[in-house]
Amino acid sequence: MRIEEKVKRESRRDPEFARWVRSVAGGEDIRRCIQCGACSSACQLSSYMDYTPRRIINLAREGFKKEVLGSFTIWLCASCYACRAQCPKEIKITDIMYALKRRAIREGTYPARFPTAVMAKEFANMIFSRGRVTENYLVTMLFLKTNWFKFLGMSRLGLGLLRAGRMSFFPDSVKNRSEIKTILNAVDGK
Amino acid sequence: MKYLYYPGCSLKGTGRAYEESWLEVSKALGVELEEIEDWNCCGSTPYMGVDEVKSLALAGRNFALAERQGGMDIIAPCSACYLSLNKTNHVLNDYPELRAKVDSALGSAGLKYSGRIKVRHPLDVILNDVGVDKVKKLVKKPLGLKLAAYYGCQITRPYSDFDDPVRPVSMDKLMEAAGAKPVPYSMKTKCCGGSITGTVPEAALELACSLLKEAVKRGADAMVTPCPLCQFNLDGYQDRISKKYGKTEMPVLYFTQALGLAFGISPEKLGINRCLASAEKILEISR
Amino acid sequence: MNLNDKISDKAPARIGFYICHCGTNIAGALDVPAVRDYVAKMPGVIVARDYKYMCSDPGQELLGKDITEHKLNRIVVASCSPLLHENTFRKALEKAGLNPFYFQMVNIREHVAWVHTDKPGATRKAKDLCSAAVRRVKFHKFLEKKKVPYHPDVLVVGAGIAGIQAALTMANAGKKVYLVEREPSIGGHMAMFDKTFPTLDCAACILTPKMSAVKSHPNITLWTYSEVAKTEGSAGNFKVTVKRKPRYVKEELCVGCNDCIDNCVFKEPKFADEFNMGLGKRKPVYMPFPQATPHVALIDAETCLHFKTGKCKQSCAEACDRKAIDFNQKEEIKEIQVGTLLLATGFEVFDAAKDPYYGYGVHPGVYTSLEIERLVNASGPTNGEIVLRDGRKPKSVGIIHCVGSRDAKTNKWCSRVCCMYSLKLAHLIKEHTGAEVYNFYIDMRTPGKMYEEFYDRLLEEGVHFVRGRVSEVSDFAMSPEEEGKLILRAEDTLAGFVRRVPVDMVVLSTGLTPKKDSQTVARLFNIGRSPEGFFQERHPKLAPVNTFTDGIFIAGCCQGPKDIPDTVAQAGAAAAEALALIDKAYIELEPDTAFVVEDTCSGCKSCVPLCPYTAVSFDEVKKKAVINETLCKGCGTCVAACPSGSIKQNLFEDEQIFSEIEGVLTND
Repeated sequence: MRIEEKVKRESRRDPEFARWVRSVAGGEDIRRCIQCGACSSACQLSSYMDYTPRRIINLAREGFKKEVLGSFTIWLCASCYACRAQCPKEIKITDIMYALKRRAIREGTYPARFPTAVMAKEFANMIFSRGRVTENYLVTMLFLKTNWFKFLGMSRLGLGLLRAGRMSFFPDSVKNRSEIKTILNAVDGK
Repeated sequence: MKYLYYPGCSLKGTGRAYEESWLEVSKALGVELEEIEDWNCCGSTPYMGVDEVKSLALAGRNFALAERQGGMDIIAPCSACYLSLNKTNHVLNDYPELRAKVDSALGSAGLKYSGRIKVRHPLDVILNDVGVDKVKKLVKKPLGLKLAAYYGCQITRPYSDFDDPVRPVSMDKLMEAAGAKPVPYSMKTKCCGGSITGTVPEAALELACSLLKEAVKRGADAMVTPCPLCQFNLDGYQDRISKKYGKTEMPVLYFTQALGLAFGISPEKLGINRCLASAEKILEISR
Repeated sequence: MNLNDKISDKAPARIGFYICHCGTNIAGALDVPAVRDYVAKMPGVIVARDYKYMCSDPGQELLGKDITEHKLNRIVVASCSPLLHENTFRKALEKAGLNPFYFQMVNIREHVAWVHTDKPGATRKAKDLCSAAVRRVKFHKFLEKKKVPYHPDVLVVGAGIAGIQAALTMANAGKKVYLVEREPSIGGHMAMFDKTFPTLDCAACILTPKMSAVKSHPNITLWTYSEVAKTEGSAGNFKVTVKRKPRYVKEELCVGCNDCIDNCVFKEPKFADEFNMGLGKRKPVYMPFPQATPHVALIDAETCLHFKTGKCKQSCAEACDRKAIDFNQKEEIKEIQVGTLLLATGFEVFDAAKDPYYGYGVHPGVYTSLEIERLVNASGPTNGEIVLRDGRKPKSVGIIHCVGSRDAKTNKWCSRVCCMYSLKLAHLIKEHTGAEVYNFYIDMRTPGKMYEEFYDRLLEEGVHFVRGRVSEVSDFAMSPEEEGKLILRAEDTLAGFVRRVPVDMVVLSTGLTPKKDSQTVARLFNIGRSPEGFFQERHPKLAPVNTFTDGIFIAGCCQGPKDIPDTVAQAGAAAAEALALIDKAYIELEPDTAFVVEDTCSGCKSCVPLCPYTAVSFDEVKKKAVINETLCKGCGTCVAACPSGSIKQNLFEDEQIFSEIEGVLTND
């Protein structure tokens, strides 16, 4: 076991990050949090998180950017909205988790090869080119980019899906692909 | 009763059986569907984590196309699509800055959306527009099964307005009408793991497992669900769950498949054969 | 020169203008000297000054000195709300020999300084408002306050501990008190409690002597099972109509021997017993609880066989030696005259079934705190034994705080008493059953004399404290230890992880809410409510028992959640405030009432039915409308409605209002 100092000095806080969290859609009420933990308790995946959702909220509003953006928590969120439904202060926790994911991707601070982040990016790429998602293609891309062994482990499921006719051999696509590209590029100001 | 129909990517892929059964059932119920032409991804769950405005703009395109096609209520059977589309309506309404960005992105492709199209779920439509009485009349082979109705998360919260977000009853009512017996099931709206089951199964598999085990404990012959991802997690991962947590056998049907069986529609047409966990037991009982 | 007469209405206005800094409250938000200089240039303004605190003695003296030295005959003060200091300044005018109604106040604190952040804009608004006041005050007239006698009798509504305390205090001071209670017995919620925190003295032991004192007090008329149906009039002269519901037992004859109950055709109690929260059973004829006051039985028409079928052999009536049972009793209407009303209508407990996550009404092992109070109580449905609905003794109990409190989805407020009563129940449950007791709390709130010490005691007793809001009570077992139990799931926020705690019994510490009919009651008495629905006090700090309606006071939980010590203190305060009014023996009426200009009144009567205070009547001889100044509240409805413009209102005459509007609209 390594002994390390756990004190966080004020200089570690990034007030700009805290301000940003408050500015995103859904983050406007983060200061109302009373740290009751209803979100963590309602969350079915909190058992596997390094910080419980409550702690993420507290760290985010205080501006502990590195801890927040480097956590597994935001990537374990399955977007089931249980936290938001139960929050006694009506904080839109799920939306804050989304905002944190976006920021982490933008800054490249997500845990390396963590599959959820990789999948989100692959998902976006696929939409950009085809407008629709074909799940088995997406999953293949995901495991090629994260963990080969896992991909092999999935083969049984893959075979099953194939037999049940739930696999698509050709990726699905919209007809008007250029329209999708125009819209998405317009968002980027291109 | 005419609606626009938004299938979404899953219903064309792994959730194919949902579409097959839903189309059969809606035909039987007289629910007229017109698919949104050239619809695209709803801007779904993972995309929100990459780019908010793009996610909203993608949903926006679907709405814009729908408005061109008459602007009737959209039926979105997939829970994630139902949520994404509804969420877009809410966000566009609540955040004028985001609305302006989405409007301008759509505008660049000559598209426009008023923000006023309603997004509905098949459960809502069948229960509130068609009515239980009509469902009862159509039942030819009462199911006689004990079913655990599992709703999942995204149609019950945070935007749903057709059922209770904690103890929903709409699907139980329909299954009762189809001659089945819903078992008391406290996990109705617990998360199934969502896409995390695929990406981090070491964390999420346990969730699907508890849903299955509780259904077994409550004496259910099968589970019914209105969500393609829930169905995929509960059905597709069942053998892995069995390996890790002990043998679990539980057929997982779409509620539309169960309704279709009760209406006397053939199992093949309803895509029952596409279940990975054996549904033989169900077919036997319902025969 | 004597300015204090009607001739000076016509004298040219010599106006003094004073703008207050209110420390930095006003001066920090707008440019005070700029406003002063702006007004100084207005026609008729002789003196314009700014001062740090106009309400202070030197501020008032400054005003008086100027009145004498500069022969001022109109005064405008721009400061805070008239609610706070209008009287202060009117008195200062009076002291300097000027009629107090030659005065106008401008609220530039609440209406300007506290609601705007843009300084130039705020300054402009202040200028507009001050200019309006200066223009209006020129048209103010000599007015006098009218004195009317004050009726010494009092009506107290609600006989929980607050109403009982207030009634006894005033009755002991020699006043005649009517005490009206909706339920068949007095005592309120306190009568349902077992012990009281933090001393753990028995609630009944300290309450019942007061209940008997009420019953036997010569100055108190007690009407239980009764409700106020109507109030008319104003401070000093209220006319109140009280409805007395039939209890089908003659109160003056019944001695509470229980013979009727013993002989009811229902051999066994069969119906949910209200006092025991439905945990016990009663017969259609019943005594609400052993110490019920008055100690008189009553018959519930909803369940009584006679009323339902008409075919009962009426064995209860036969059994009564005193012939007290009267199936023909009808509702009785009483009309009384009182000068003062004191409302102590109490609270309602949050309906736990409204919280979908805690399974109240779904899982039989889930109870509300009030149900536990009845279970622990020796006179309760289990004679003081804490057992589950199936008769088992709980080995483990989870107490969930803040149910229906601090939750935007139900009630936003902290109910103030739940932390302490949860600690009390934890102690009692542990003492009675030896169970493991878990308290799930968000914040532990124990402000009060000896309260924190009580928390210390509980910590030492080995009660578990988990800081976290429970997200659900479920029967979904994940391990053998959880089988057959109710599982509470909460983040132990101090430890930083989620815990699952299996228990046999769950206690929901439900919060305090306004009465369901608080809106109707507020309308009935013409008083206000705060946003959450509790009755609104006139000032949260300085007039906590007054309402915006003179002569009406509030005490106890109808004003907001509070514990017994605070309730009793507030009831005492309300009684003292009421006594102060009563002993003055008269009341001065504000002169801003409406009056009829008889020359032009056509006698069309349109005004008569419109008055919400029944102050307008019709003189059949003169064929003119007549306004009773004592009843008129100055609402202006009749003024606006009169088709011939023959009703005017003091301080709101046309020229006053029009010049005020001009002032707001004319700016440089």
